[in-house]
Amino acid sequence: MGKIKSLADLKNMKEDLRNKVELREKSDHPESLVQVKVGMATSGIASGAKEVYNYLSEELEKRNIDALVTQTGDMGYSYAEPTIEVTLPGQEPIVFGWVDTKKADEIIERYIRNGELVDGIIPQNYETIDDK
Amino acid sequence: MHLMVCGGTGCRASASDTIEQKLKNKLEEKNLENDIQVVTTGCFGFCEKGPIIKVLPDNTFYTQVSPDDVDEIIEEHIIKGRQLTRLLYKDPQKDETIADAKDMGFYKKQLRIALRNCGFINPENIEEYIARDGYEALGKVLTEMQPMDVIDAVKTSGIRGRGGGGFPTGLKWEFAYNNQSDQKYVVCNADEGDPGAFMDRSILEGDPHSVIEAMSICGYSMGSDTGIVYIRAEYPLAINRLKTAINQAREFGLLGEDIMGSGFNFDIQLRYGAGAFVCGEETALIHSMEGSRGEPTIKPPYPAASGYLDKPTNVNNVETFANIPVIINKGADWFAKIGNKNSTGTKVFALAGKINNVGLIEVPMGTTLREVIFEIGGGIKDNKKFKAVQTGGPSGGCLTEEHLDTPIDFDNLLAAGSMMGSGGMIVMDEEDCMVSVAKFFLDFTVEESCGKCAPCRVGNKRLYELLTKITDGKGTREDLDILRNQSNVIKDTALCGLGQSSPSPVLSTLNNFYEEYLAHVEEERCPAGQCKNLMKYIIDEENCVGCTACARVCPVGAITGEKKKVHEIDPNLCIKCGACMDKCKFNAIFIK
Ligand SMILES: Cc1cc2nc3c(=O)[nH]c(=O)nc-3n(C[C@H](O)[C@H](O)[C@H](O)COP(=O)(O)O)c2cc1C
Ligand code: SF4
Repeated sequence: MGKIKSLADLKNMKEDLRNKVELREKSDHPESLVQVKVGMATSGIASGAKEVYNYLSEELEKRNIDALVTQTGDMGYSYAEPTIEVTLPGQEPIVFGWVDTKKADEIIERYIRNGELVDGIIPQNYETIDDK
Repeated sequence: MHLMVCGGTGCRASASDTIEQKLKNKLEEKNLENDIQVVTTGCFGFCEKGPIIKVLPDNTFYTQVSPDDVDEIIEEHIIKGRQLTRLLYKDPQKDETIADAKDMGFYKKQLRIALRNCGFINPENIEEYIARDGYEALGKVLTEMQPMDVIDAVKTSGIRGRGGGGFPTGLKWEFAYNNQSDQKYVVCNADEGDPGAFMDRSILEGDPHSVIEAMSICGYSMGSDTGIVYIRAEYPLAINRLKTAINQAREFGLLGEDIMGSGFNFDIQLRYGAGAFVCGEETALIHSMEGSRGEPTIKPPYPAASGYLDKPTNVNNVETFANIPVIINKGADWFAKIGNKNSTGTKVFALAGKINNVGLIEVPMGTTLREVIFEIGGGIKDNKKFKAVQTGGPSGGCLTEEHLDTPIDFDNLLAAGSMMGSGGMIVMDEEDCMVSVAKFFLDFTVEESCGKCAPCRVGNKRLYELLTKITDGKGTREDLDILRNQSNVIKDTALCGLGQSSPSPVLSTLNNFYEEYLAHVEEERCPAGQCKNLMKYIIDEENCVGCTACARVCPVGAITGEKKKVHEIDPNLCIKCGACMDKCKFNAIFIK
């Protein structure tokens, strides 16, 4: 990626990236791309987020599920760490708490594969600046 | 359709598991178990009105559901599609029922500005930051605004420093702008020393680019080309993420020379702190960056006039910076409308202590303590009684029940005898001893005092000794007066903010919990049952059967007695470990 030389440059790039993100979510792989974000701040890692992250990346690949596993910062739910956010294509993201590898397995098999909700969902309870 | 049943501690305590089981049974009875799923969720945070059931997809939010309501929910709502009005949430202010959870005040109480990207983007990927309007504020500032316009915008937004002092940020930037010099510096204070606070760390770990962008904006407005982040070495992950982010920004031409073709140059370096609380104080921080001892000096001169290497320096906190790009993008007026008149915007708090939802929250200024503790925080753990909430860390105070409706902002907290501080919020229940709480914070201050001035170095040590005397049951009424007088002397004479605010935990507990201090000194009793030296383990003569189990388990041999005869504990030997009480099968040992 070249340097950004002006505000217009930046805006173009943002449009591209927006598209990319949206593509990622929708048209690239219409039914199959799942996005998983693992909360990996210090507290998340201390409570095992790293293992969960590794497990999810490996297992989703092994089980042939087209998914994008990324790490992200603190989601705010320290009491329920490790937390992961799963977005199935075309659906609202859902946050799961207290995820260990066993729970991760259940989430893959039941939620990601079959769309069944499983125990441990944390209701999101904040507004973002986009809502205002 | 999904039925979400709350499985949080609060709702569990009021039989949500029975409700769940009944729902499942009833669904089976109606042959609906394959169409409708019953799901246990984490705490909805609305424990006050639990048990909660939420019906998806229509988002109906039922409160205070009892197992007896299950049949009706299934018959009416699930089968006939009619909501049960009597179980809906009633807005206490408007006295109307609200069905959709999204419309409930509670879920609107958090607003994320500083934490907008935390948990949303991958902090190690600049592209995701850019996709969410990243660096657009910087672009706008560099191409469309004069430095003074930027400062005016920050002033209009009304934002005040989030590092504890609450000084108006725009004003500070203006001072730095007005002080002419060949070199100026922008410093980000990421020392975060308050015990229990971790919002700055979370921002740097979750959204490092927001701080980089804001520092560049600040540099442009005051005329500086060098930013320095002073970060504690104990934050390795934050350091790594920040380094990655700085490198990516350089690669993209967003740090370095001639940024976005504007002719403006700016770059950022890191400096590491060794984790001394006092180094978070801005003059001490600057000395530490210069390689001198991290000791504060008297202000003035303020850093804006003579800071790092005696050059004009602007120091801001991480969270303060994280707000800046939003102020530029969304507009100063948008920001100024959030919160209270004199405290605009939001504040991040680290909720800790005896509260159900321990975590990081961001609420508009002016939200009340009650809303934060009982709604967002989900109330007190194990249904215990709320006793106090400590804000402002070691510089702050303890507030009580009567302060619960205080709107949280800089001025109101100060008026109530505490302070905003950096956003630590520790909740205490009936089992917390307030003298011990004061002692805990004093212990921290004594440990962290740099020793430069006597009031803080010697005075706090004396305060700590007095508190220890009281918790040991050896204190007197006069000690309480000495405690108060000496606290006031330290407050008035210490050199820096650390010493000046260190007696706050003592003064606020003395003011709000004087009875509890009195119980310690006059009755040698700790009402919360926490002060070990005031506890007495006693054997109940009626219940003791002389089984000798306690005598065998006591690690110091404080229990004597013949077999089959009532035993006795020697209070002088007893170390109050409680082992005997745990062991006794006959409930014959109690604490007085
Ligand atoms: C003892 C002491 C410790 C402090 N620790 C911090 C700290 O950890 N982080 C911080 O940002 N400010 C801290 N401050 C406040 C700083 O001196 C300074 O006011 C602040 O960094 C300015 O930034 P702001 O205006 O954005 O809040 C501390 C102050 C004192 C007296
Ligand atoms: S008040 Fe305490 S920390 Fe501050 S200069 Fe004096 S001794 Fe040092």
